[in-house]
Amino acid sequence: MIDIKDLHKSYQMGKNALHVLKGINFNVKEGEFVSIMGSSGSGKSTLLNIIGILDEADQGTYNLDGVPIKNLNETIASRYRNKFLGFVFQSFNLINYKSALDNVALPLYYQGMGRKERMERSMHYLEKVGLANWAKHLPNELSGGQKQRVAIARALASDPKVLLADEPTGALDTKTSYEVMELLQQINDEGKTVLVVTHESDIAEMTKRIVFLKDGQIEEDNLITQIRASQYV
Amino acid sequence: MFSIERWQEIFEGLSKNKLRSVLTGVSVASGIFILVILLGAGNGIQNGIQNQFEKDAANQITVWPGTTQEEYKGLGIGRNIQFRNADYELINRLLEDYIEYKSAIYSVWSGNIVYKEETGTYRVDGVHPDYQFIENASIASGRFINHPDILNYEKTVVIGQKVANDLFKNNEDPLGKNINISGTIYKVIGVFTDPGGEREESRVFIPISTAQRTYSAGDKIRSMAFTLNKKAKFDDAVADSHEFSQQLENLLKPRHTIAPTDQGALHVNNSLEQAKNIYIITGGVQAFFWFVGICTIIAGVVGVGNIMLIIVKERTKEIGIRKALGASPFSIVSMVLQEAVFITVIAGFSGLIFGLILWELIGPSVEADFFTRPEVDFNVAVITLIILVVAGAFAGFIPAYRAAKIRPIIALRGD
Repeated sequence: MIDIKDLHKSYQMGKNALHVLKGINFNVKEGEFVSIMGSSGSGKSTLLNIIGILDEADQGTYNLDGVPIKNLNETIASRYRNKFLGFVFQSFNLINYKSALDNVALPLYYQGMGRKERMERSMHYLEKVGLANWAKHLPNELSGGQKQRVAIARALASDPKVLLADEPTGALDTKTSYEVMELLQQINDEGKTVLVVTHESDIAEMTKRIVFLKDGQIEEDNLITQIRASQYV
Repeated sequence: MFSIERWQEIFEGLSKNKLRSVLTGVSVASGIFILVILLGAGNGIQNGIQNQFEKDAANQITVWPGTTQEEYKGLGIGRNIQFRNADYELINRLLEDYIEYKSAIYSVWSGNIVYKEETGTYRVDGVHPDYQFIENASIASGRFINHPDILNYEKTVVIGQKVANDLFKNNEDPLGKNINISGTIYKVIGVFTDPGGEREESRVFIPISTAQRTYSAGDKIRSMAFTLNKKAKFDDAVADSHEFSQQLENLLKPRHTIAPTDQGALHVNNSLEQAKNIYIITGGVQAFFWFVGICTIIAGVVGVGNIMLIIVKERTKEIGIRKALGASPFSIVSMVLQEAVFITVIAGFSGLIFGLILWELIGPSVEADFFTRPEVDFNVAVITLIILVVAGAFAGFIPAYRAAKIRPIIALRGD
């Protein structure tokens, strides 16, 4: 699904170049549930941004579902993001003047889907994350966990190949974090490829594979026995 | 582009900042309002001037000879051209259809006039009876020169009110009195007044035949004056007088062996051409009004652009989210543009309506000599509307471009 070879990325900070990724080789197969760990500055967010086509690598190759991601113009990049990827952010990034339902429907709107179908489908995904009764509520009327579940529903709505989650539990308390992880496990169980960036080891242990990043390189890459979040909830 | 969603988004965006949206709108609305008021006033001035010229007979053409400035058929430069009675009669015969009033003139620029102890120097013109109407002179007492006067070489004179006041003291009635003009005795048969004032009223008129004989001029005439038949439309009148002037030249130039291109040998003064010049000036005034109005709109549009920039700045994060979810740059650009156009069109339209209503209400009650029927026609309304849409697009362009350039990774960072 994701095939990355010898990926380099550096940022220009004034006169100094900050070499963030120093040759990453990384593969994710369909249906995997991978967590990327590392201290801040290890390059894990940069890697996720590149995988999410929000940023571009300086060197190396990146194939997403067999499609080479290289030198895309903005329009094509946005289409690929819409088609291949679902994003979940630490700060939820819901649009605050739109209802939960409208937020979920947004990627479908950009796909050009008709209003009726869009709404039905969005409602289906809201049901899936258990928020059907909150469809008409604005984000600021929801709790943190609910917001993140709306964001997950939004990420799933366009039926992406890969779900990318950047610190999805970073702004949540432990109990809510586990609820969100339970939901992600459930989604993964249905066959969706999920990639999570986190610095919390208990969250990482709920995935099936942990990749440790240190100073822009992969230090460890281990398959693990998944801990079901439902045990804690 | 025109989906319900998009409009909902625009309304949401605007209603979040009602005061700001309204203030922005007001700047555009007042711009359009001022433009409409100015254009209405411009039309009022134009209509007023048109009325003035339609009221006066004004369609007056005078032709007088000069000296040649070009060699022609072996004749040299600087030759004096002299009109004669035959010229006048020919024109009357050939161009009869155009002509309403006509007169040939034999002028004596300064005639010394004496009555009893009073003397004065006045302009003396030998004229035909029609000249009264060409000059717009009104008879205060007595009568003007008539045909028998001309036929019989009568020594009769019509004097201006000023001349009468100067020469006839103590309210003496000038009618029937004899006055001495440069040594010849004339009988006063009438006194005239002229809307032109004292300058015009210090002239005296004698029959042209008498003038030619008295001053040994034979059949020479100094100039000819005509007024043309009235036309319903000003533009027709202008065309008519232009045609007549042309015909005059076409007739007179060959008769006097003047080069067709000679500008100095024949002078044709066309009063409507002058009216047309004033028209051109009013055109200038209107162009100026457009200019000022457009400038005001530009000020308003810059305001809208400014606000849109702030809105884009404020919504950087939202735009970033949208892009991460698959919004293409085009959809972002069209969103911002549509919003800018929407504000300008709605605000501008209300300014337009407001201006039209104002003219509708006060227009009919505004009547002055050079200002009537101030109004804005449908075309102008349509043009302003087009200007609005274009202006809105301009206002939105830079902010939209900025929005399209927002990189989602930067927009999503830092929270």
